[in-house]
Amino acid sequence: MTDTVWISSVLTAARPQAIAALLRYFRDLDTAEEAFQEACLRALKAWPKNGPPRDVAAWLIMVGRNAALDSKRRQVRERPLPAEELISDLSDAEAALADEIDKTDYRDDILRLLFVCCHPELPATQQVALALRIVSGLSVKQIARAFLVSEAAMEQRITRAKSRIGQANIPFEAPGAVERAERVAAVIAMIYLVFNEGYTSESGEQGARGALCVEAIRLSRLLLGLYPTEPEVMGLTALLLFQNARAAGRFDADGTVVLLEDQNRALWDRRQIAEGLALIDKAVRHRRPGPHQVQAAIAAIHARAARAKDTDWAQIDLLYGTLERMQPSPVITLNRAVAVAKVRGPADALAMIEPLASKLNGYFYFHGTRGALLLQLGRAPEARVAFDRAIALANTPAEAAHIRMHLDKIGGHASAGSSA
Amino acid sequence: MQYAILCYHDEKVTCAWSQEQDDAVMAKLGVVQERLARQGKLGPVARLLPTTAATTLRKDREPALVIDGPFAETKEQLLGFYVLDAASLDEVLEIARELGQANPGGAYEIRPIGLFYPGKIAT
Repeated sequence: MTDTVWISSVLTAARPQAIAALLRYFRDLDTAEEAFQEACLRALKAWPKNGPPRDVAAWLIMVGRNAALDSKRRQVRERPLPAEELISDLSDAEAALADEIDKTDYRDDILRLLFVCCHPELPATQQVALALRIVSGLSVKQIARAFLVSEAAMEQRITRAKSRIGQANIPFEAPGAVERAERVAAVIAMIYLVFNEGYTSESGEQGARGALCVEAIRLSRLLLGLYPTEPEVMGLTALLLFQNARAAGRFDADGTVVLLEDQNRALWDRRQIAEGLALIDKAVRHRRPGPHQVQAAIAAIHARAARAKDTDWAQIDLLYGTLERMQPSPVITLNRAVAVAKVRGPADALAMIEPLASKLNGYFYFHGTRGALLLQLGRAPEARVAFDRAIALANTPAEAAHIRMHLDKIGGHASAGSSA
Repeated sequence: MQYAILCYHDEKVTCAWSQEQDDAVMAKLGVVQERLARQGKLGPVARLLPTTAATTLRKDREPALVIDGPFAETKEQLLGFYVLDAASLDEVLEIARELGQANPGGAYEIRPIGLFYPGKIAT
């Protein structure tokens, strides 16, 4: 690996901690970012010659802080810090600073940084964009490509998000226990959003958007590193790993969605599955179940089944029942119905989802699932109506194409595509 | 003599590698490993999952205590190991340097093995 490639992954790894500390120091996102940027530039100059510092994050915080102070002083026409002093002091000061960083609760710093990005005043898309820009350090161009918008539009979105954050007055004192727990929960939700932004995508966009899934897993591991005994963070990380492990099997060569049942399981990433299973095992020991653990447990059952027909649907039904009690939602009931159809048959499943019609009438998956159940029950004309409705609501061409496959199976004078 | 090469690296850094970078490192390591295997010098090789997946059993008390996470909070983590057969420390160091060129950063701890039981697990 070349020096610059090595340095760039070291900088990426140190980024959250460094930016978080700089944010606490300057209490301003833009200043913190600029300070970090400046520190990175100096690292790229200094490290190939001098070798990397013992504590990379401490070095970046120190140099970034000095650089930003320096430029502030210049702005107010005060005497600037001599550059030599800045560099020559570094080796001594670095050790002291590293100790200081260890002593202060740097966990709270990083948590605050993550929380800033998912402040309740920000709409979901801005949360995701801000986290990717600030915490992950993706370029505006990369993020724009992932969101399928122009660079200028993304730049504007991020600027808007930052100014909202500036007005939101986020407290910089160490959070209390309740506040900390609330922040962790908000960050979990935000990381899941980042993942979904990458996951709900078309096959052709796998590259740019798939990177968001990888990034979400990295953020999730970061949070787990901060809270290694928090079972919901284990659950989140496991859930993301299980879902991402299936990425290679989700689309066929033509880019059509392949349902979980029909996926080639040899394409699933065993290493991510192993990590997910390890995490869910650990989480269960805490006996503090939560929605992400339950979802991860469901994903684990799919991951464990060597063939689709080995899937333990009865267990999945039970787990969805648990999830329904934790966070009642028609979408969860709809998912449960898929398991119920396997365990007790399509009639029971259909009876379960019919009452959801008013709530889920605008939901693609509702009509798709309903159509499939009706078809299994031999009620083809009704199934066709449901499938037509699903196609009209499809979010992506791949989803629509998948429903058309069902319609083709019904055959005859299908009205498929008429609404597309 | 049998040796273990214990591989330490900052996992925040290795987790920041892109899939392409990771694949490139593994491919380069594979070349070295293949040669060692042909020479009959390579025993078991393992790459460990991140320390967030680790559990520690503190058995210095009764009952033993189960703790989430790795045993030691260190800047660099034990991320994998090789078991090798080599004639001397010099030879192991040479092998370690070669592996290090394929996978720069971090450190290798070379530890002579006192008892080695190759075992057998179904794969």
